[in-house]
Amino acid sequence: MIPTPLRQFTGKQSSIECSAATVGEALGSLTGTFTDLRKHLFTDDGKIRSFVNVYLNDEDIRFLDKENTRTKDGDTISIVPSIAGGSRDDGK
Amino acid sequence: MAIPTDTLQQQEVKLSKDEIQRYSRHLIMPEVGMEGQLKLKRARVLTIGTGGLGAPLGLYLAAAGVGHLGLVDFDVVDSSNLQRQVTFTTADVGKPKSEAAKARLSALNPAIDIVSYETRLTSDNALDLFRDYDIIVDGTDNFPTRFLVNDACVLLGKPNVYGSIFRFEGQATVFGYPGGPCYRCLYPEPPPPGLVPSCAEGGVLGVLPGIVGSIQAMETIKLILGAGDPLVGRLLLFDALAMRFRELKLRRNPDCPMCGDHRTITKLIDYEEFCGIRGEEAPAMTDGIPEITATELKARQDRGDKLFILDVREPHEYQICNLNGKLIPLGELPRRVNELDSSVEMVVHCRSGKRSADAIHFLQTAGFKKLWNLKGGVLAWADEVDPRMPKY
Repeated sequence: MIPTPLRQFTGKQSSIECSAATVGEALGSLTGTFTDLRKHLFTDDGKIRSFVNVYLNDEDIRFLDKENTRTKDGDTISIVPSIAGGSRDDGK
Repeated sequence: MAIPTDTLQQQEVKLSKDEIQRYSRHLIMPEVGMEGQLKLKRARVLTIGTGGLGAPLGLYLAAAGVGHLGLVDFDVVDSSNLQRQVTFTTADVGKPKSEAAKARLSALNPAIDIVSYETRLTSDNALDLFRDYDIIVDGTDNFPTRFLVNDACVLLGKPNVYGSIFRFEGQATVFGYPGGPCYRCLYPEPPPPGLVPSCAEGGVLGVLPGIVGSIQAMETIKLILGAGDPLVGRLLLFDALAMRFRELKLRRNPDCPMCGDHRTITKLIDYEEFCGIRGEEAPAMTDGIPEITATELKARQDRGDKLFILDVREPHEYQICNLNGKLIPLGELPRRVNELDSSVEMVVHCRSGKRSADAIHFLQTAGFKKLWNLKGGVLAWADEVDPRMPKY
């Protein structure tokens, strides 16, 4: 599942299907297809950014096996970045 | 399940005959009843922000009979707020939000005590402001204040009813509940300014804050009543376009610097600096970026100078108003830079000048030299050159 702020990098798609053995592999395949997405998900040394959370189904992968968390058929991986919007316009 | 607050139990309060009539639909529900309504009357809730999220929050909490409401907002009502900030009317434009909200909520329920704080929440005033309240509701719009609200709530042991929105997506949860996670457990650090595409992708569907703010109001009332299962340890995600709610598990991080087993943050910090905002505001960012004012640009165009206009806003913004420039949204610039000719003099613009400064920074690294940033963007053009151009 791709969150709204990042959909501009995935051709506006809200979800993408792929086959992968681990969460890290799935994210690698995603950012391989959508290269502009890469710097929004990973730091320069390849770590997931700390203001982006990744969930396997409803569980935060930081509390599982992180990027090495194994996936199986039918699992949903969600990218959940921090958003701050509330009362005022952010537009500049 | 009830929140551990002394004030809820100690004060002796009663409902008047008028109040009994007003709250009768609460009173006949066993989950609220007289006992619950008196808890609401004794409760002290501080809402941070009276805008999009604060509007339904304030209205529902006042209507429900929450006896003591604090409203923090330093902003004034702007006509572009009225699309979603339903507390305000057209006549409120130009008034301080906290005052206008107080007037509206007092009209709705004169029996409750409402205090407006026309101030920016800062590390200097947050603890003093929060101390008098049982529950803090976070309806702000920026990362520094969100981290500040979180940290102050954890330090004081107060629940923080959190809601956040972006375009047509929302998040809600309750932080700072005994044993539960805090905002830093979810996101240890803010995104660096500029990386999250908030500017180019800004905007929000007006109903969305109404829904998320209503969820915050509901959770606040549940916390006061001690009814049901609070939204603790669960992050509720709402996608309005898909009309789908999802729920993710949210755990307290034992290594959290704020609420973990070995707390390393013991006082409030400089949250603007923490979120990298200071650097963004510093003039250093515009160093090396040549600027042209709207007036100068118009004069040069009138002289017949050949200037290529590059508009780095989004297509929907171009539809609102434009300077007949070539449109390449900032996010697409790296991929489409080959469409540009570096030999011609180029003026880059956006809405207010920030995105275009980023674009020029990028173009400079790509070898472009004849670049000007339109100072103040199309807003300045509307002010200085063409008053018929709509501003947004």
